[in-house]
Formats: sequence, structure tokens, C-alpha cells
Amino acid sequence: MNGIRPHFRFERILAAASVFFASCGHGNQSAINSAGIQSEQLSNLWWIWLGITAGVYVIVMAVLNVAYFRVRRASAEAEPDIAPDPARERKVGNIIKGCVALTVVIMFVLMIVSFRTGRAIAAMPAAQDPIHIKVTGQQWWWQIEYIDEHQPSNNVTSANEIHIPIGRPVRVDLESHDVIHSFWVPNLHGKRDLIPNYPTTIFFEADEPGVYWGQCAEFCGFEHAKMRFMVKAESEDDFNAWYAAAQQPSGSPANDSEARGQQIFLTSVCTQCHTISGTPASGRVGPNLTHVASKPFIASGSLVNNRENLTNWISDPQAIKPGIRMPMNTYSQEDLNALADYIQSLK
Amino acid sequence: MNRWLALAIVLTALIAFVACEREERGFRVQTPDANRVNSKQLTTLQAGEASPLPAVKNEYEDNAFALSEGKRLFSQMNCTGCHAHGGGGIGPALMDDKWIYGSQPEQIFSTIEEGRPNGMPSFRGKLPVYQVWQLAAYVRSLSGLVPKTAAPGRDDDMQSRQPENSTEPKQPKTVTPATEK
Amino acid sequence: MTNAELLKNQSSDLTAARIDEERRDLERTWADKPGIIGWLSTTDHKRVGLRMIVTAFCFFVFAGVLALVMRLQLMFPNGHVLGPDLYNQFFTTHGSTMMFLFAVPVMEGMGVYFVPLMIGTRTIAFPRLNALGYYTYLCAGLLTFFGLLMNIGPDAGWFAYVPLSGPEYGIGHRVDLWSQMVSLTEISALIASANIVVTVMKLRAPGMSLNRIPLFVWSEVIAAVMVIFAMPAVMIGSSLLSMDRLTNVSTHFFNQAEGGDPIMWQHLFWFFGHPEVYIIFIPATGMVSMIITTFARRKTFGYTALVLTMVATAFIGFGVWVHHMFVTPLPQLGQSIFTASSMLIVIPNGIQIFCWIATLWTGRWNLKTPLVWVLGFFGIFVLGGLSGVMLASVPLDSQLHDTFFVVAHLHYVLIGGAVFPLFGAVYYWFPKFTGRMLNETAGVVNAILMFIGFNMVFFPMHILGLIGMPRRVYTYLPETGWGDLNMLASIGAFVMGIAAIVFVANVVYSWKLGKVASINPWGADTLEWSLPSPIPQYAFQYVPIVQGRHALWERTDDAPVVTGLHLNVREVLATSIHDAVPEHRYSVPDPSIIPLIVGLITGVMFIGFMFNPWSLPLGMFALFFGFLAWFWSNSLAHRPPAFPEEDNPPLEEPGDVAPPVEVTA
Repeated sequence: MNGIRPHFRFERILAAASVFFASCGHGNQSAINSAGIQSEQLSNLWWIWLGITAGVYVIVMAVLNVAYFRVRRASAEAEPDIAPDPARERKVGNIIKGCVALTVVIMFVLMIVSFRTGRAIAAMPAAQDPIHIKVTGQQWWWQIEYIDEHQPSNNVTSANEIHIPIGRPVRVDLESHDVIHSFWVPNLHGKRDLIPNYPTTIFFEADEPGVYWGQCAEFCGFEHAKMRFMVKAESEDDFNAWYAAAQQPSGSPANDSEARGQQIFLTSVCTQCHTISGTPASGRVGPNLTHVASKPFIASGSLVNNRENLTNWISDPQAIKPGIRMPMNTYSQEDLNALADYIQSLK
Repeated sequence: MNRWLALAIVLTALIAFVACEREERGFRVQTPDANRVNSKQLTTLQAGEASPLPAVKNEYEDNAFALSEGKRLFSQMNCTGCHAHGGGGIGPALMDDKWIYGSQPEQIFSTIEEGRPNGMPSFRGKLPVYQVWQLAAYVRSLSGLVPKTAAPGRDDDMQSRQPENSTEPKQPKTVTPATEK
Repeated sequence: MTNAELLKNQSSDLTAARIDEERRDLERTWADKPGIIGWLSTTDHKRVGLRMIVTAFCFFVFAGVLALVMRLQLMFPNGHVLGPDLYNQFFTTHGSTMMFLFAVPVMEGMGVYFVPLMIGTRTIAFPRLNALGYYTYLCAGLLTFFGLLMNIGPDAGWFAYVPLSGPEYGIGHRVDLWSQMVSLTEISALIASANIVVTVMKLRAPGMSLNRIPLFVWSEVIAAVMVIFAMPAVMIGSSLLSMDRLTNVSTHFFNQAEGGDPIMWQHLFWFFGHPEVYIIFIPATGMVSMIITTFARRKTFGYTALVLTMVATAFIGFGVWVHHMFVTPLPQLGQSIFTASSMLIVIPNGIQIFCWIATLWTGRWNLKTPLVWVLGFFGIFVLGGLSGVMLASVPLDSQLHDTFFVVAHLHYVLIGGAVFPLFGAVYYWFPKFTGRMLNETAGVVNAILMFIGFNMVFFPMHILGLIGMPRRVYTYLPETGWGDLNMLASIGAFVMGIAAIVFVANVVYSWKLGKVASINPWGADTLEWSLPSPIPQYAFQYVPIVQGRHALWERTDDAPVVTGLHLNVREVLATSIHDAVPEHRYSVPDPSIIPLIVGLITGVMFIGFMFNPWSLPLGMFALFFGFLAWFWSNSLAHRPPAFPEEDNPPLEEPGDVAPPVEVTA
């Protein structure tokens, strides 16, 4: 017989592909590697659905496979069967009705499971004094503000990095002032769109310490691909220490090079966009740089924060992230060194 | 049939070659040619017979991306603080036909770069030069002096004036600060 | 049985000499004008339909090449093939071209070509309008193609969410080009749909009652009705967006500060966008039904169920659009309703699958290339449908939305569910288009390569979505670990490209050098297979009376045919909607160059509207004159023939099936 059954090959590909399930990155931006209660519920939902739908698929493919081997062949000249045996047609019809009934039942089961998970996720209690964070999506970075309703002087403004204590609920208010973005930390929670003038709130909680990555998940322009942020879940003590340090303004420069760097920062283009608290620099167009040196990544999570990357970033950000707001800057080599020294002192 | 195919291919290649400049997104730019102008004449008065001012063309005026960048910078660099959205306040209006220090691209560039008496700060060294040219192009769009196909549309914001792409061109007139009331 | 064979048992009035003479008259009446003018002014639904199909495949190749370059860019982390600006234009153009310039036009083109033939008539209901539909489609396509070349290709996604596509953030005129492309293709789709619906309702052969209409025709009608209800939503949306952006118009439909709403854009777009995918899928199910019936050598199992499930899918398809908006801040109760409706739509689809499998199980297989493609369809589409069910769950969607999981899902359902049946249909109907067969071995190789390549590209994307890769990203960092799966996907893309080359080579070779086909090489059941290949312009010299659902299989030897239609005007028989009882004669105008002129005016009007609002009123003014010429020539064409009644009596059919009919003036 001529012709090959294409979908047989598919099962071999499926087997090979499942190897990849195990080898996919570090799992720190993964929806199936949950680190918090919500994403665990979502992950469970995923596995239940996968099991049921994969079972349906296997059954349907098995039937087709059996048909391939069982059904006799005929040529184009063979007389078509226009009056098949009515009893057999009835029997097949009943089988189909049974399958349809089974489908309805399966759909209902899946729907109930889905609704229950949705309700469970939305039921994060708000009464337990959550960490209150306000995230504003910008083109193409994340503004993070810690809000202390009782003591506004404790508020911290940061960018692209969120620290949270484990085991404590976090309330995130999401806003955008330009285009639609989407806040998504797969290890911790599903995504939510940030639509201008539609402020919204999600709650999540991390139960395991670690660094979890997030990325904008709604197409927002040139650098949507590199609009990343990280969430660091740490012990309560570590978090408090970090929070206390974050509230401090920047210190004064420790040596001549840093002093010169600060001078360059304050008198050239930088202050038009950036804030460093403790100095007159109070631009709000770009990220707050007060503690930038203690961040492991710059450029909204897309560059490791080391000396070489920093100097490249300052002089030619458009080569790394074409299209972003930060312009290219020409500094002499000494000026650039001094500036980098100063920036790297902002711990 | 082959002749038509060859013609189609040649035509396609030609069109790709003359791709639309207006739509160019220039990310890694230094400055348009307009940078090469050094003298910025501040008054129309000249000693003796008037010689024509060198015509300086700011290529950014035909480029939609540059004009939208200029618009973004206009609000992010707080030009709106004094000039509002073109209507003025502490500073003079920019969407009308009255120009104190000249309406030509290089004159506006000079205004932003050098500053002006009575309150216009100097942005030399505070903005890269190409961004000043983008701002200069945008300022001209406020009074309709750039092609409408390149000018930005309305803001996604409360409306305070006609969008730049709907503004009728206002022929510039020079005024002295005293009459600018 | 061929048309000629059908006539062997007819009344003695139909002598061989009379048949020949009538055929010559028909050829003369239905011929196009000669030369390039004839080519441009043709209103023959077969030529226009074939043009739509070929043009659509050209755009398929164009969008496929864009996808290949995109896959090249994503092959490695931090790729340098395309920067963000070009990548945004590429993926937007890829999506818009595939959806608006390939998928819908090719399904409508197949409908325009085959629906009149399958229902036993000589022409589509409004032939000049049909030609206009093609020309507006061509304008839209050329606009998009040259727009991309000229750096003005759309770059805000095929769905163009505001505010990114709005006047402040959608810089330049790229989004305006997208809007006008959408408007032109929607006009084209509406034209084809109106044509198909009227043709099927009124021009069927006598005896083809509603419950005897071939399944492919049903699928085209249902899709056409969906087009009529869905397309206006996106036309309105894109027009509102254009008006927001246009100089001197600058409305505020999507500007919240002045009372507009960006979520309204999403509602308008997806109210169209979801039915759109069913508009693409339902004709493909019709193709699957035709192929399975023919190649399983038995009548379709569950004809009524299959028709009703297509109708149910069409209805429910209008009630699921919010599942594209599950992660917006809409109220949760409302979203849950759409979970329920999105899962409900699985049931009619499941019934279709079961009925097809039942037909296959209880038949005998002629395992040729079209059936191989349909088997591939099963393997891919069922998986895509199941991943779609996953996306119907709101909490699960909150992890999977806007990731590569959705990219995988949509390609599984669209390529598996529409492109595979389409390729099968091309292999199936190629002998009818050209009179030659496509090469069978190459066809099987084509199918297998496409199947393997497709799964290599899109299966890993399910995993990529789960492990965090969002959509519409021009690159990704090496630290994410997504490089291996992306590499596999990119290699698969080249395999798919090779499969496409095999297809094109097969078509180009076989068009002139393929094995000559008999009239009905597959032993199929629908009326087009009774016509010679290639089909004469008048198609049916004598329309056969239809006696069953599978017209050629259930035809008795002494079945009557329709004779007596006028031979010097383009005339067909109009029948009643329900039972296809003959009602009156219907004549269509001669070919005309006016549709081309009106099409050009429309195209220029919309292209001008990108830049200046005055283009619309000026264009309408010009169109007034165009339509004046159009309708004026219409009345000229319908002058009653100048010959005595007794030489051309009204309807005459042996067997006395229908009463005589008056000639209507």
C-alpha cells in the first residue's frame, strides 16, 4: 500500500520533546516550577488538564491508528457505499453519542476544576498586612514603589527589582501611563495586563527563597523583549535589612574619582532623567539610581551589573537595547571612568 | 510571461531601495547635518545690504519618529512647565506665529542650546545634541511648520490644543519681547 | 458519469447535432473578450476564483518567508539578524498577511470557484461584483507588500492594540496602512460572502434541496454568513482607529482622558477576531468532509450532524471573544461565562471529528495524497483543539496567555485545521483546475515533510510558553535557557520551507507536464466531477437534476437534465431556497472592465485615506460615477432576446419535473 501514516511520527517526536521538559533552563522563569501558593495551584491545574487532554488525544489517535491498519483499501473505481447497513450505522451512531456524552462530562469536570482554582487564587487574604508594592509599567522598564500607608517617609522607589519576604502576602498595584504592559512572574502568579487608566491589583506570596524572573508579556514596542524584572524572595530578616538600606539616601563620595563622577553626573545629561536621593538629581523619566550598585542587573534585567557592561551601557545604550529612551552619551575615557566609579559606589 | 516577471522584480527592488525616509526610526544617530551650522543670527537686522541667511534644513522635520521623540522630550524635559502644551504661561506661547528669537531651525536650536534672557535655561551639555534638534523640529510642528504627514497626532491625554498634525501653518513674525504680552 | 454520458438517455429531441450546435452557442456567449482586456475584464467565477487562490498562495509564500527570517532571528539568543523595529514589522506583517491576505481569501477563492459548480450552475450570482472583490483584495495585498518594502509596514501586531497603535505611540503611518489593508480585505471578503450566500440560496440545480447540498457548500455558506456578521466589527474598529489618528479628524474613541476606552478596541477587534478563525476553519472542515467521503468510498456519516455542528460552531463562535482578554482587569464573573462558552464550542467540533472517524472506520480507504493530508490534519488539529481548551480556563490562561504556548496553539489549529485540509484540497481538485494530476509521490513527501517540520517548529513552543517565553519578542537572553528549543523550532521552520518548495515545484511541473487526468479520477460524488477538465466557461451545458446528497453516486441512468435556457445571453436557472424548485430565469451581465476601474478607485481612495481624510469624500464622488456606469450597463445587458418565442421555448425537460416558466423581462 502506498502512503505513509504521518501522525505515527508524531509520537516519536513527542517522546523526544519530553526530554526537554526536564532540561529547560533554570526554572526560575517557569510556570511549572512554582515557588508560591498561587502558582502551585496553577501548576496543579496545568498537570490535571494536561493529563486529561493528553488522554483524549491518545485515544483519538489510537482509534485512527487502528483504523489505518484495520480498514480495507479500495481504488477510485470501487463502487461507493451509498446505502450502508442501517444496523451498523445505528451502532456507530450510538458510539458517537456516547463519546459526545463523555466529552460533555469531561468538559464539565475541567470547567469545575478551573473555576475552583480561580476562586482559590483570588482568595488570598488581604488582612495579614501584606507588603504593598506599586508597579508602574513604562516603556520599557518597571517602576517599583514600596508603599507604607502609615509612614509615607518609609516609601522606597526602585526599578526592575522586587524584594519580598517569604511566607508573607504581597499586594501589587499595577498601573501604566503609556501603553499596555503585562506583569508576569511565572514562578509566583499568573499575569495581569497593565492598561492605562485601568489600575488593577494582584496578590501573591512566595514560599521558597530564590530569585524569580519576570518579563513584560504584552507587546509594548521596541524593547518589549528586554523589559525584564526580578523578584527576590528572602527571609524576613534579609528583607528587613534590605528595606532599611533601601530607605537610606546615597552617601557622599568616598574619594576624588567618585566625587568627580558625581560632579559629572549632576552637571551633564543624567539628572534630566534619573534620581539619586541624597543629591539634587531628581529626574523621574528613568529609573531611580540611588542603590543601583547593589542590583545584580541593570538595563531592566537584561545586563549583568559589572564594570564593563556599565560603561558600555552609559556610552551606547542603543547598541544594547535599540529604541529605548536613554540616549547615547559621549564622555572622555577619564570622565567615563569617574562616572562609573561613582555609579558603582551607589550601594 | 518572463518579461513581466523580470519587470516586477526590478520594480520591487527599486521600491525597496527608495524606502520611506519619513518612517525611518533612527536609534543610533549622532546629529543631522544641521549640526554643522555655527552662526545663529539672533536678529533680522544686518549692516548694509541684507544677505540671505544660510538655509539650514533640519532633516528631523520630515521624520515621524524624530518628531514624536521631540514631543516626548518636550514633556519629559519639562518644557511644558513654562510653555504648557504650546500655549505658554511663564514662557511665551510656541504654537502661535510670534517668534522672539527666530523661527528657523538653527535659531530654535540655539535658543534651546544657549538659553535666552528672561528665563529660558540653557540645555547645552544637558541633552545630547541630536535630541535638541529633535526638540527644535517638534517646536516648529507646534505652529504647523512641518509636513502634516510627519507631525504627531493627538495625545492620549486631555486635549489642550489642536493636534500637531492638524495645525494650520502659521507664518512666523518676529516680535520683540516688549510687545510679547 | 460525464455530462455527455448523462445525455445518452435523454429525449430524442437532444440529437447529437443539436447538442453540438448548442455547445457552440454557449461557448460564444460565455467567452471572455480576447487579449489583455479580456483577462482584466473577466467575470468568470472560475478565473476570478483561481486568481484569488493563486494570489493567496503568493501571499502565503511571502508571509512564510517573513516567518523564516523571524525564526532565523530567534534561532540564537541575542540574535542580530533583525533589530526590534524590523522584527516588529515582520511579525505584524506575517500575522496580518496570513490572516487577512491568505487564509480568508483562499477559502473564499475555493468557494468562489467550486460552489457554483457543486450546486450545478454556470455562474456566481453577481459576477462583476465578484471581480471587484478580487481587485480590492489585490489592492490590499499590494499595499501591504510594498508597504513593508518601503519601511511603512505595520508594526503594532496584527491585532494592533491601542494605545500602542494609537496616535501618540503608533508613530508615522504604519498603523494607518494596516487599517486600510484591513478595510480593503474586509470589503473583498464581504463581497465574496454575499455572492456565495445568494448563489447557494437561489441558483442551485433543481432537486438540490437544502438537505442535499454538499458539505463543502454548506461550509462556505456558513462561513460567508459569519463574515457578514463579523467583518463589520473590525471595519468599525479600524475606521475608528484611523479617525483617531488622522490629521484634522483626531477623534477620541480610544482616548480615555476624553471619554474613550482602550479596552473597547479589544472588544471590537476580538468580536471579529474570534469568528475570523472559524471563518477560516469551517470551509476547511468542508474540504475534509469532501475528501473523506471520496476516499473512504462511502456516503458521509452523519450529514445532518455535520451541518448542524458547523452552524453551532458559527453561533457559539460569536460568543467566546473575551477569552482573548482574560488577563485584562475585566470582572471575573464575566470572564467565567466565556470560559463556559469556549468549552462549549468543543462539543460541536468533537462531533465533527467523531463523524469523520466513523466515516473512515466504516468505509474502504483509497489512500492517496488528499487523504494523507487529512490524516495529518487529524494529528495536528486535535492537539491544537485540546491546547485551546486549556486556554479557555481563566487561571490557566493567566499563565499561558501571550506566551509561545498560544503561538503553538494557534498554529496547530490554523495550520493543522486549515492549511493541511487546504493542501489536501489542492491535490484533490488539481485535476479539475488543470486537467492533470499532481505527482502522487511528491505529494506524499510534501505531506510528510510538512508534518514533521511543523511539529518540529511548534511543539517545542508549548514548552517554551510554559517555561516563561512571552510572545512578540525580537530576542531573548542566553540566561533564560530557551536557546535549545528555539534552535529546534528554527530548524523545523526550514524543513517546512523545503516542504513548501516541494509543493510549488509539484504544482509548477504538473500544471503543464503532469499525468493527464480523466474526468473523475477519484470517483467523487459532487457535480463538478461531471464536467470536462479544464472546465469550459459555461460549465454545465445541461444542468443535471439532483436526486440525492451525493449527486453523481445517486444518479439514476434516466435522470433528467435542464434544457431550454437561452443561449445568446448568459442565463441560468433560479430555484427556490428550500427545495430547489425552478422559479425563473436569471441572466448575468457580460464581462466588463468597470469592476477593475471601481476597484482601482477604491484602492486609491483607501490608500489616500492613510494620509488625508479628504480622500474618502473625493473617492466616494469618483465611485458615484463608477457605479453609475456599472448599473447603467447592467440594464443594457438585460434586454430580452430578440427572437420569436416558439424558437426558444421556456423550460423543457423530459420527465416533467417542473412546470413551464415564463421568460421574465
